[in-house]
Amino acid sequence: MACYLTTATHFAMYRSVLVVLVLLALVAPLALALGFLGALAVRSGNALLRGVGKVYVSMVRGVPDIIFFLFVPFAIDQGVEYLLHHLRCPDWDAPVRQGSDFVVCAAAKMPLATSPAWMHEVWGFALAVIAFALVFGAFAANTLHGAMQAVPRAQMETAEAFGMTPRQAFARVMLPQMWVYALPGLSNLWMILTKATPLLFLLGVRDLIFWARELGGAKTSLFAYPHPDWRVWYFLGVLVFYLALTWVSQKVFDRLMARANRGLATSGGTRPEVAP
Amino acid sequence: MRTCAESFDGLILRSMGRDFGDRLLPRGLEITLCDQIFLIGSGTLWNLYFAVLSLSAGFGFAVALAVAKSSPRRWLQRPAGAFIFLFRGSPLFIQFFFFYEALVLLPRAGLDIPLVFTTITVETQWMTRAWAGALVVLFFNTSAYSAEIFHGAIKAIPRGDLEAADAYGMNAFTRFRRVVFPTMLRLAWPSYTNEAIFLLHATALVFFSGFPAWQQMGDALYYARYFADQTFNPFVAYPIAAAYFVAMTLVVVGLFALINRRLNRHLPTEKRGRIRFRPQYIR
Repeated sequence: MACYLTTATHFAMYRSVLVVLVLLALVAPLALALGFLGALAVRSGNALLRGVGKVYVSMVRGVPDIIFFLFVPFAIDQGVEYLLHHLRCPDWDAPVRQGSDFVVCAAAKMPLATSPAWMHEVWGFALAVIAFALVFGAFAANTLHGAMQAVPRAQMETAEAFGMTPRQAFARVMLPQMWVYALPGLSNLWMILTKATPLLFLLGVRDLIFWARELGGAKTSLFAYPHPDWRVWYFLGVLVFYLALTWVSQKVFDRLMARANRGLATSGGTRPEVAP
Repeated sequence: MRTCAESFDGLILRSMGRDFGDRLLPRGLEITLCDQIFLIGSGTLWNLYFAVLSLSAGFGFAVALAVAKSSPRRWLQRPAGAFIFLFRGSPLFIQFFFFYEALVLLPRAGLDIPLVFTTITVETQWMTRAWAGALVVLFFNTSAYSAEIFHGAIKAIPRGDLEAADAYGMNAFTRFRRVVFPTMLRLAWPSYTNEAIFLLHATALVFFSGFPAWQQMGDALYYARYFADQTFNPFVAYPIAAAYFVAMTLVVVGLFALINRRLNRHLPTEKRGRIRFRPQYIR
């Protein structure tokens, strides 16, 4: 049994845990950056920029995220191939959309048909990261915008009275204080993000669910270690993994909140609710 | 090419089964825009079915869980808290997979439950079907999320109200019925609206997880993906599905706002909390 759980395919499954963690580690900063830009755009004085920011933030509202996860990678994939097609094969005269087929020249395939398998996997993973970052960036923009609004107006006025430029006031007064207001929302978002990672499976990335289904399925006597349908136990393991992940994140966010509250004139004790 | 009327007749109820429309779904190049609109529209029947049933059943269970979690008695509080953590702490997607596999393991022939005089056989096969199995998962899930909302609301009930109830000599049940429950509902309603929207969106996951779509009876997103796979063009089917979801969301928001108005009808207008649209998107 112990031997069985350490076969090469099982190690592939354990590696897919890493895939989930890497995805989280990549998406979180990207989404935060996108969200920051989005929040700045919504607050900006430029009407065009504000419009772009608002459209971006409200784009993800009212539509199930899963539609975005199915749609965005597909759209980016076709968009990139379309662009490459026009760059690399200018003398190709057949239309790209032939009926229901999407035809580009071989040099515009992304990744190239000749490239090794891992390139395909990395490309699929990158598309997933972009889709996640886009969707969660919009959520983060919403949260950060709310947090910036929540910094007491008097604080900013004081900064102006001290003669700080808007940029200085933003960096020295608003930025350090907004985190107290942003953290509950952001921790909520993180919890949502961790729980969204199984959707990777839908994007064709070989993640935990893929392996749980693959390895858990009934093995006939063709296999070295035949066993009946064990998928339910594999999924139980995955379930426990995610529960542990939320548990740990909850603890970390409690710490962060205590830290962000330091030296601020908030009631500190009245911690806003943090939902897992 | 079919006319729009033909697609409407053939597809508008197709999600209820093969007997309610065309036996075969339109394929490849013969797919028209009307086909996509009507078939995806018929898929929303399943989204509504899951959302309405699990929400209405989950409401009662959620109130019970919330009361148990707020109770000072440990043996009530601990299990309720554990249940809520279990379903809020793990992805709904995994819950679907896990429950599907667990339900498949139930004996095919049915469970024999020995009673004192006789043995009854419980059919279990139907539990693996999406209409029952996924409904159970969604029911548990929304119960846990709503219970957390209601629990927060119970904690937020003004102390004076409870003391007043005690001063009137109300017993625990009367106090719950006349003070705790109405106030809790009023306080929780904006968040509960978001939960309802969120659950509606979560119904889109059903046919993407373990549950197979039997005889191609699926929800809006199932058909949207079907069309996107058939036509290799995601730019039509997914926006149609998205539009249906936006429309359904607006209906939910409108309905819940009406109820919110009724719950708060004793308050002066400016004090009534407006429902802010803030769903959580992914569970």
